[in-house]
Amino acid sequence: MALLRRVPWAVLVFVAAATVPWLGSRFYTFLATDIAILALFAASLNLLLGYTGLVSFGHAAYFGIGAYTCAILMKTHGVPFVPALLAGTVNAGACALVFGLFCVRSSRIYFSMLTLAFAQIVWAVCFKWNSVTGGEQGLNNVPYPGLDWMAVIPMLGDLRAGDRYYLVVLVLVGLAFAALKRIVDSPFGRILTAIRENAERAEFVGVDVRRYQLASFVVAGAFAGFAGALFGLFNRGVFPDFAHWSKSAEVLIMAILGGFGSFWGPAVGAGVLVLLNQQITSYTQYWPLILGSILIVLLFVFPGGIVGALQAAVRRLKERRDA
Amino acid sequence: MLTPSFLLAQFQSGLTAAMFLFIVASGLSLIFGVLRVLNFAHGSFYMLGAYMAWQVTQWLGAASVSFWIAVPVAAATVAILGGVIERLLLRHLYGREELYQLLFTYALVLILGDAARILWGTQQLAVPRPPLLAGSFDVMGIVVPHYNLFIIVLGPLVALGCWLLLSRTGTGRMIRAAAWDREMLSALGADVGRLYTLMFMAGSFLAGLGGALVTPVRSITPGMDVDIIVECFIVVVIGGLGSLWGTFLGAIIFGQVLAFGILILPGFSLFAVFVLMAFVLVVRPAGLLGRPVKR
Repeated sequence: MALLRRVPWAVLVFVAAATVPWLGSRFYTFLATDIAILALFAASLNLLLGYTGLVSFGHAAYFGIGAYTCAILMKTHGVPFVPALLAGTVNAGACALVFGLFCVRSSRIYFSMLTLAFAQIVWAVCFKWNSVTGGEQGLNNVPYPGLDWMAVIPMLGDLRAGDRYYLVVLVLVGLAFAALKRIVDSPFGRILTAIRENAERAEFVGVDVRRYQLASFVVAGAFAGFAGALFGLFNRGVFPDFAHWSKSAEVLIMAILGGFGSFWGPAVGAGVLVLLNQQITSYTQYWPLILGSILIVLLFVFPGGIVGALQAAVRRLKERRDA
Repeated sequence: MLTPSFLLAQFQSGLTAAMFLFIVASGLSLIFGVLRVLNFAHGSFYMLGAYMAWQVTQWLGAASVSFWIAVPVAAATVAILGGVIERLLLRHLYGREELYQLLFTYALVLILGDAARILWGTQQLAVPRPPLLAGSFDVMGIVVPHYNLFIIVLGPLVALGCWLLLSRTGTGRMIRAAAWDREMLSALGADVGRLYTLMFMAGSFLAGLGGALVTPVRSITPGMDVDIIVECFIVVVIGGLGSLWGTFLGAIIFGQVLAFGILILPGFSLFAVFVLMAFVLVVRPAGLLGRPVKR
């Protein structure tokens, strides 16, 4: 058991994921890109849900803001990839700061209500502001980042544009995960956990609970914006759906499906849900119905999600061995 | 443009919208006040009320009374559905963290939304105004439909009814006691479980009633559940979650700001409501008439 624990699983998964373009199928690369980006999106939500104990029903708002900011800058204003990506991240974080100021006031219930309300406003702006966001039609034909420089690197020369973008996404998402891991393991992350466990007690020992909740909200929003910006380019277009409440529901269910009690749980949930979506949407158009049913089963039967259930199984095995 | 008759017309439409909103939001507020559960599916119940009203009027045909049968039938159906959901599922989550209750009602939003899509399709549906109230008054040069006036009168009656029920009856006393201290009431021998089911049914009834009543003036569409729940949230945030009169006040303010916000921000009057909500949150975080929630 101790040996298994010492294996650097995150690095192994990363290396395995990097071989996907050489499997040859355009479809696999497509799926892997989708999963990588959404895994980051779900992990950003988990900073709120799992670590701070705040339920956001409007996390897609920041995903959408990041996606729109990056796409508008690149398409309309011809800004290069890296500055546009950073602008998307910063703008999502800034919007999270403004909305968060109101959301973290009073109780957690207000937080949940207000995140949904503000997300609807973001969606309405995306939907109605025709001159900038393209309105209902969204923005199509967002340019791919120029990745010709990758041809210089040996082995990458003969890859398709989609495969190259996937590798870029993989590296960026990997870095973002490393940053998130650093954040949750830092003293800051520990304080967030303390607030989740008992906000009143945290306040007694001198923690400014609201300020930390707000900080957590901003960081989560910024990472969601980063994921959104990458997703918009991957999708070659941004649409109001990105900020829609059903997107918020999807990411929430990813986090719970994987298990919001662990750092990697939401990423696992994202992977499973994307694959499930691929399978199920070819049979039925009623995806929300499936999502809702999954959520109810999880709440009643597996509140710890996939990772939680696995951990419980491992613990039981261990107890049996020790007994 | 700012003629008295224009202002009166805006006031009238704002008040009508406010009373529709109050009827729905009061159910949300009452359920929260007693069960301490924020029901995200409240908007879905509203939507089901609307679809049920349409369905019943379809079954009854063009009879002039069909609307007056459809409204109570729709509301009662939604109330029964609410009771079943509370009894079979929600009940088992009371002992868990509030997170699970929130997520459960959220899952209902997804399921009921698709269920409505499966049963009634995605096209817009409409119910004609009941013949009895199809006419309109002419007041100071503006047209006030009879139906709007009916809603404007009905809203305060619902508020008064709820208030009398809560403050003047034995059941109301029990409900207030349950809101205060569930365990103590149960220790005193009251059937708190039954009380919770009744309360959830009453709240769902109000959602269904609001949905059924709104059908003659708004078309029935699949997205109406989320639209109304966001509006209800804003109303209870402004007025104070769990407070009946706070909800009433919040609804009136919402309606008027929406109606007159058009003068300031044409096409984006919803933003005016958000600005107001933000302001209330800064000045009185628990809402205008709300008690701070202990957590």
